[in-house]
Amino acid sequence: MHDHPHPDNELDEMSARVRALETILVEKGLIDPAAVDVIIDTYENRVGPRNGAAVVARGWSDPCFATWLAEDASAAIASMGFEGRQGEHMVAVFNTPETHNLVVCTLCSCYPWPVLGLPPAWYKAPAYRSRAVREPRAVLSEFGVTLPEDTRIDVWDSTAEIRYLVIPERPPGTGGLDEEALAALVTRDSMIGCGQPHRPDAE
Amino acid sequence: MNGPQDLGGKHGFGPVVPEDETLRFHADWEKRVLGVTLAAGALGHWNMDASRHARESLPPAVYYNASYYEIWLRALEHLLEDAGEITAEELAAGRALAPGRRTDRCLKAKAVPAVLASGSPYDRPGPDPRFVVGDRVRTRNHQPKGHTRLPAYARGCEGVVTACHGAHVFPDSNAQFAGEAPAPLYTVRFAATELYGAGADPTLTVSIEAWEPYLDRA
Repeated sequence: MHDHPHPDNELDEMSARVRALETILVEKGLIDPAAVDVIIDTYENRVGPRNGAAVVARGWSDPCFATWLAEDASAAIASMGFEGRQGEHMVAVFNTPETHNLVVCTLCSCYPWPVLGLPPAWYKAPAYRSRAVREPRAVLSEFGVTLPEDTRIDVWDSTAEIRYLVIPERPPGTGGLDEEALAALVTRDSMIGCGQPHRPDAE
Repeated sequence: MNGPQDLGGKHGFGPVVPEDETLRFHADWEKRVLGVTLAAGALGHWNMDASRHARESLPPAVYYNASYYEIWLRALEHLLEDAGEITAEELAAGRALAPGRRTDRCLKAKAVPAVLASGSPYDRPGPDPRFVVGDRVRTRNHQPKGHTRLPAYARGCEGVVTACHGAHVFPDSNAQFAGEAPAPLYTVRFAATELYGAGADPTLTVSIEAWEPYLDRA
């Protein structure tokens, strides 16, 4: 058994086990291996956190869109073509100078797939799930993020089918940037609440 | 259920290990688990809540030693066995020994984009809500043996309703194939000091989604 904190590193036994199951299901006509390939391609290459970054950048650029995000995130996000499985009921939460937002699913791995893609291994692992709701400052420090002591932290535990997207604060010095340049500053972790956007001078 | 999945507030699981956002999978087998799990879901033998219950029903020692895709795979094997689509003998043999049942529901490649893009909303027509935003509520000491979405750390605690989402499918019922039983769904916010006691971070609040059967007026 491994005792290092990397719960998503297994090897050949698992490959054999998956192959056995897939073989049985294909032989029975219950799954189409080409459909499996399309599902994998969708989440490996097409749906990922650049979608969410585009949403955040539009929210930073367009006050009307930001208002729409705050009032009906599902519709606002769908208007950009990002919708579907694990994103049916979206809520956007906005960081401010006084309040930082952090998203977790303590009970499983609920995550807004259409805007962020598949959750990273740490999001699904016991360390994050147990600690995010109790000691988020310690968790944030492991991502290199330190918040002022008096900043309020609002944690959102995704216990139903509502999915949260954190809208980080727009970095200073970005007044002249267009949406594409702004989106490049937005990190996945900043949309979970575990990071901050890049600063333009650090690019 | 008081199972291994109910992790909020627990101690002893060590540090979080961040990883680069361009990393999608840690092994090729994980990709197949993702694809096979979603494709098998299209057979319609189970629902989202039943699949979550299959994962949390793994023995705790198995659950805590498994990566998340391994949890998915083990739960999928159980779901397919319970549905009568595969047997332990077939898993051991690595090949089919009998025909499939719902072959008419097999998800074809050309249908995948539409299925993934449409999703499956969980809001439903249902009873009017008892509570409104601003109401103070207390979670029940709700510890069913079956599936529930009220986390242990938030049982018996007083919070405030911050959003009403209308009626949603009630997981406690749906996971048991006992019907969707839609119930009003709320976001309820708690002070960390209410959840964890006087030593908790005074700047922290935690919000959960709670169905009305989890709540009493405070």
